[in-house]
Amino acid sequence: MPAEFWYGVEVLLNGLMAGVMYSLVALGFVLIFKASGIFNYAQGVMALFAAQTLVGIQTGQIPFAHIINVVLGTDVHHFGWHVPALLGLVLALVVMIVFAILVEKLVLKHLVNQEPIILFMATIGLAYFMEGFGELMWGADVKRIEIGLPQGGNAWVEENTAFLGGEDFYGFYLDTLDIVATLIAVALVTSLVLFSQYTKTGRALRAVADDHQAALSVGISLRTIWVIVWSIAGFVALVAGVMWGAKSGVQFSLSLIALKALPVLMLGGFTSIPGAIIGGLIIGVGEKMFEFLIGAPFLGGATENWFAYMLALIFLIFRPQGLFGEKIIERV
Amino acid sequence: MTHPVMQEDTYTTPDGRKIGGVVMEMKNITLRFGGVTAIKDISFDIREGEVRAIIGPNGAGKSSMLNVINGFYHPQEGEVWFRGEKRGPMKPYQIARQGIARTFQNIALFKGMSTLDNIMTGRLIHMNTSIASQAFWKGPAESEEIANRERVEKIIDFLEIQTIRKTPVGSLPYGLQKRVELGRALASDPSLLLLDEPMAGMNVEEKEDMSRFILDVNDEFGTTIALIEHDMGVVMDISDRVVVMDYGAKIGDGTPDEVRKNEKVIAAYLGVAHD
Amino acid sequence: MIYREVGDFKTTYRADGQTFPIWFDRIRYYVVLLIAFCVVPFIINDYWLNAVLLPFLIYAIAAIGLNILTGYCGQVSLGTGGFMAVGAYSCYKLMTGFPDLNIMFCVLLSGVITALVGMLFGLPSLRIKGFYLAVATLAAQFFLVWLFNKVAWFYNYSASGQITAPERTIFGYRITGAETSAPVTYLFCLVLVVILAIVARNLTRGHLGRSWMAIRDMDIAAEIIGVNPLKAKLTAFGISSFYIGVAGALLFAVYLGAVEVGEVFGIQKSFLVLFMIIIGGLGSIFGSFAGAAFMVLLPVLLKNVLVGTLGWPTDIATHLEFAIVGALIIVFLILEPHGLAQLWRIIKEKLRLWPFPH
Repeated sequence: MPAEFWYGVEVLLNGLMAGVMYSLVALGFVLIFKASGIFNYAQGVMALFAAQTLVGIQTGQIPFAHIINVVLGTDVHHFGWHVPALLGLVLALVVMIVFAILVEKLVLKHLVNQEPIILFMATIGLAYFMEGFGELMWGADVKRIEIGLPQGGNAWVEENTAFLGGEDFYGFYLDTLDIVATLIAVALVTSLVLFSQYTKTGRALRAVADDHQAALSVGISLRTIWVIVWSIAGFVALVAGVMWGAKSGVQFSLSLIALKALPVLMLGGFTSIPGAIIGGLIIGVGEKMFEFLIGAPFLGGATENWFAYMLALIFLIFRPQGLFGEKIIERV
Repeated sequence: MTHPVMQEDTYTTPDGRKIGGVVMEMKNITLRFGGVTAIKDISFDIREGEVRAIIGPNGAGKSSMLNVINGFYHPQEGEVWFRGEKRGPMKPYQIARQGIARTFQNIALFKGMSTLDNIMTGRLIHMNTSIASQAFWKGPAESEEIANRERVEKIIDFLEIQTIRKTPVGSLPYGLQKRVELGRALASDPSLLLLDEPMAGMNVEEKEDMSRFILDVNDEFGTTIALIEHDMGVVMDISDRVVVMDYGAKIGDGTPDEVRKNEKVIAAYLGVAHD
Repeated sequence: MIYREVGDFKTTYRADGQTFPIWFDRIRYYVVLLIAFCVVPFIINDYWLNAVLLPFLIYAIAAIGLNILTGYCGQVSLGTGGFMAVGAYSCYKLMTGFPDLNIMFCVLLSGVITALVGMLFGLPSLRIKGFYLAVATLAAQFFLVWLFNKVAWFYNYSASGQITAPERTIFGYRITGAETSAPVTYLFCLVLVVILAIVARNLTRGHLGRSWMAIRDMDIAAEIIGVNPLKAKLTAFGISSFYIGVAGALLFAVYLGAVEVGEVFGIQKSFLVLFMIIIGGLGSIFGSFAGAAFMVLLPVLLKNVLVGTLGWPTDIATHLEFAIVGALIIVFLILEPHGLAQLWRIIKEKLRLWPFPH
């Protein structure tokens, strides 16, 4: 096998791992969509906000310090303590749960029975709000996440795969972080599936997803369910935020990964957890391979910006219900 | 347009209306959704000027049959003949333009528009000034609008809904919404009108009103009507011939009196066990 | 007492179908036009022009365009920024390729080109519905921005990758390029806005508008009563994109003068225009204006109050703006999904009865 081939395989592997990350974000969408029929555009900003909060708590930042200083003329920045990673994660999770409760109380409760598209636009509003709010609270500077995740290329993989190619091949270059993220994502997905299959709350979630009215009539509290799913989505956002944040810093562009999750969902279908995972993998591999084989050599590169959307668009024209959705029978 | 051969077997109803030849003929229609067979090998015809009813228990496939007639569903087997011609693959909007209009079981009005605008949408198939002309309004676009408005106002008078002309339809009571929907269907000047449970959920008085409108439409405009209805009293009163469906199959066809005596029909309605 | 429809009987369908059936509304409309054309040009200065009036007029066109597609035809699009870019780059290529072509034609032709591109990306709307379509329009957004960034032909191989509007005049007055005068560019945009708004109103009240609204309210029923969904959706995409393209061309040529595609026509622009029509009112031409005015004025106001008066840093004002806009979107959707236009209608209802509400 020539070295080019093995570099292609490396691109494939990187694509797979990027795909897992997309799946992770997409999963947050699917959870909320299944339980409340809401297409939560704010999922990406939630990931950003969760990551900002984690960093803020860990480094002992004073929330709204910037604005306090301006209004009161003080000069405060930090509490001066440093919170350990694990405690920081727990506290950030608590913040995300509080956020879920507030969203339910202030937004969702008032938008029951609205058309899906209105709800979708409301979540765009929510995304804008959180973006502004998050930056007011923690500042807009690019932050680094330090919870002991490994950085850089994985030497072990590199050394042990070098024999595959010939002289020109030095082994697969894979980020250790990506490998860790993949493992965590797999664990998270598995536990979510187990949760929704085998626990009482999970059953209630699935009941709500199936039919709101029927779920209400057997005594499932819709509002509690909403708080629960938004909390879980907050948790998923936290994990995704930490992973992406560790990779490229906690900054605004983090919220754009949510947009990437949209074509993933269109491929996989909005209601299918396996769909989200496989859709993510297809997009991850597809865009890396397209860039490697066609984009970079012939189109001037940066095709990753639009490849996923185009793929989803073309795919949907032929199969509007997505990979795993059921065929839509329209009725009148 | 009518098929020359069909012209011969016309007849006159007891109340003196002339019923013409066959306008629409369904030949061995079978419709399946995946593994479910909604309609099994059904054939029947509709004659010019008659009131044709389709009855049957819930889930018998009646609405699916209307959906086949106006081209929303495409049957896997069988043929639809309209005015002596076999229908090829057509879109619902093309079929509407042939003069087939309908109302829906669950009201399908345009919620964001007023009564007037809803009925005006029924005229869409008769309006075709160009985009350029509409953009500047004065001239053909305006006179077309006014001519069609006049036609719609006649329907509004006919249905006695003048007072709710500018009311958003979403805020109207159920009975009136049904009436507006009938108005929208009538506005297209159909030659064949399909009514899907026009009286569902109405009280006796509203049903009487609706029956009167249906008969008037049939009588005054000569519109052929095919309707689905559950109220047997109404069906037997207003229809000339009745098709009875059960579990997707046809179990009876004939005048109300014939159908009433049909044993299969009695069995289906009294709930005798299927074998 | 003045605002009455009582006694204002309509005796013809023509009179009943006019845009402002109430006498007082009609008068007010003419007064507004009179002020806009005959008073404002004499008192306008560069600050007001650049901070408020030009962006307001230009975004009003874009908002009307998106409202035709989303508010009237019910097809949500997140590709507005990309389509505005098509308008801007078409205008640039036309201006540089045909230096003798009048700028007015350049702008309108840019709209036509954008309309064609819009219809191309509108084709999937036949198969894809609701927010599946919204996501599909993101493909247009990202692809178009990438295209204008990567293909050097579009920016005439300039080193910076920017496009810069050359100087063009009408009747000897400078419309684009450096040293334009405020009243001239204002009037140029105003004429376009007024004509396009009237055309939009006419299109939406006629049979084309009704077929759009029918598709919006219940697409299946619309098809069964005889609306050709392909035609309805494609005309909506085409006409909407025409407006958005014109707005993009004006934004580039008249307002900004020089443009870098990713910066000006990114996804944020799509959301900005979407917010305008949500806040202004979906399915309302007046709402498009109200929303554009709101979204243009809010940052100016915040900046003046927070930065100008209170002396806060601009980044806080920007973050606060995001939070406020986001919160307002939610508040509007909860309280009044039909936006400012509906509030205005309610006020008018009240005025009709005032001062004897019973």
